[in-house]
Amino acid sequence: MTWSQVTAMPWMLLFSRRAWWIYILTLGPVLITGAHSLFPGSGEHTMANDNMIFAGIFQVYFLRLGIFFGCLGIFSNLFRAEVLERTLHYYFMSPVRREVLAVSKYLAGLIAAIVHFGGSTVLCYLLISAHWGPVFQQYLFHGPGLSQLGWYALTASLACAGYGAVFLLAGIIYRNPLIPAAVVMVWENLNPFLPSILKKISVIFYLKSLCPVEIPADGPLAIIAVVTEPTPAWLAIPGILVVSALVLAYAATKSRGLEVTYSD
Amino acid sequence: MSEPRLVFENVSRFYGEVLGVNRVNLSIPPGITSLVGPNGSGKTTLMNLMTGLIRPTRGKISVLGMPPDRPEELFRKIGYCTQFDAFPKGLTGYQFIYSFLLVHGMVEAEAHKLTVEALEKVSMTEAASRPVAAYSKGMRQRIKLAQAIAHRPSVLVLDEPLNGLDPMARAETIALFKQWGEEGRHVIVSSHILHEVDRISDQVILLSHGYVVAEGQIQGVRSEVKDQPIQILVRCNKPGILAARLFERDHVVEAKVQNDGQGLLVRTRDDDDLYLLLNRIVLENGLEVEAVAPADDDVNSVYQYLIGSEGGAS
Repeated sequence: MTWSQVTAMPWMLLFSRRAWWIYILTLGPVLITGAHSLFPGSGEHTMANDNMIFAGIFQVYFLRLGIFFGCLGIFSNLFRAEVLERTLHYYFMSPVRREVLAVSKYLAGLIAAIVHFGGSTVLCYLLISAHWGPVFQQYLFHGPGLSQLGWYALTASLACAGYGAVFLLAGIIYRNPLIPAAVVMVWENLNPFLPSILKKISVIFYLKSLCPVEIPADGPLAIIAVVTEPTPAWLAIPGILVVSALVLAYAATKSRGLEVTYSD
Repeated sequence: MSEPRLVFENVSRFYGEVLGVNRVNLSIPPGITSLVGPNGSGKTTLMNLMTGLIRPTRGKISVLGMPPDRPEELFRKIGYCTQFDAFPKGLTGYQFIYSFLLVHGMVEAEAHKLTVEALEKVSMTEAASRPVAAYSKGMRQRIKLAQAIAHRPSVLVLDEPLNGLDPMARAETIALFKQWGEEGRHVIVSSHILHEVDRISDQVILLSHGYVVAEGQIQGVRSEVKDQPIQILVRCNKPGILAARLFERDHVVEAKVQNDGQGLLVRTRDDDDLYLLLNRIVLENGLEVEAVAPADDDVNSVYQYLIGSEGGAS
């Protein structure tokens, strides 16, 4: 697989007609935060409120819904869509190890997912407080804003890496990836109740620790918000990368057994 | 050193409980080998097995000494024109071939050169800049063929490559097959068009219900079909006299004078004896013989004898 093909694949994924609902997932919050920026309301709220609202949007929407389902759509279709379009054999007829093909497709999907969700995260962060004008600029460039933005972007990218690996594997193993997706979703949401050792075998465990702003731990979202075992960034980042690499390695190994049987 | 071969050792493949192929033992030498059989007989399964697109349930396959589950080695030596009529979206004919040559690790200049060469071979140069999606069925077939041959493989696996081609393109394609076979490449062809297969094949593999029914050179396969008398056509000036003399032998089961009165179609169970007898009759009766030729040692006849009309092959 040449580098030009690896880099060409994300663009095909980005502009594929199949990707329309991923645009909804990414553009939806951008439109909402954009609307908030244009019509900020009566001025009852502060910039700290907006900051907190974004933290909520990021943890609840981006991490648990947008990136989760977006990665499900992108990564589980890396092989599955080729089967549906009956073009998988062209990849398998290339003089390329199947493992290399799987990793190349993963990288392509990862670039597409990061462009989608990293971009959406950054835009939302900027838009939600843009109406504060110079105050927000001061916060961004001379306060903690830029650092927060960096952490949000990094967390979104790591989420894409983690969920991407999981859903690539699901797309290789299962004909219908919705069932494993439901299992993964249940597993990720059960995370706060799991024993310490099992908590670490999940993506959300590491992601929550990386979020730069904690959201208030009261009300029904408390379970989602509270980080029961805070993990330092130096451990959380390699942790999610190791989990992703292990799952990706397993997916690459499983790709060797894939067969071209379109009629099934 | 022995010639490189494609070897199947006791290979079976099941799709769940459905039989694909069963207990296949083959050793395919270079040259043109035709896979012949009705729909569902296992031709495509056999081709997918030898190219590693599917795995055998049992048995072992070796392509020029390589196992098919190592595409990184296999597809440098093998080109496969599948039956699947689907293409990656948004590519022109040129891009379709060129991009796959880049995957082969070729530099751009070399990939361009081989792409142009492959397009020329299948007479698709003029249409190369058009999107594959706008091609006719025959053009899609030819562009697939170009992609299969572009990297100059030593093994070509071609699943129904003549489908959708017009007579002119068929003739050109068959000439290409012949050329590749003569160059010492393995050319594995499946086709329903038996008289065309017959013209080009060095050997045939007859398949039915997932089993190899017969394999080898077609004349050899024909001679193994003992229960069907061999047909021999004798073009001569006195077919009636010839028929009367031939019936002196028990092994001659039928002799039919042709409509133009200038030939006799003989069915015999002992062709060697018939040829000896024929020499004697010709000398003794002063017959003028224009031609003597077997009339049913072609793929079509052998197919009918061994498989019958179940597949409806033409």
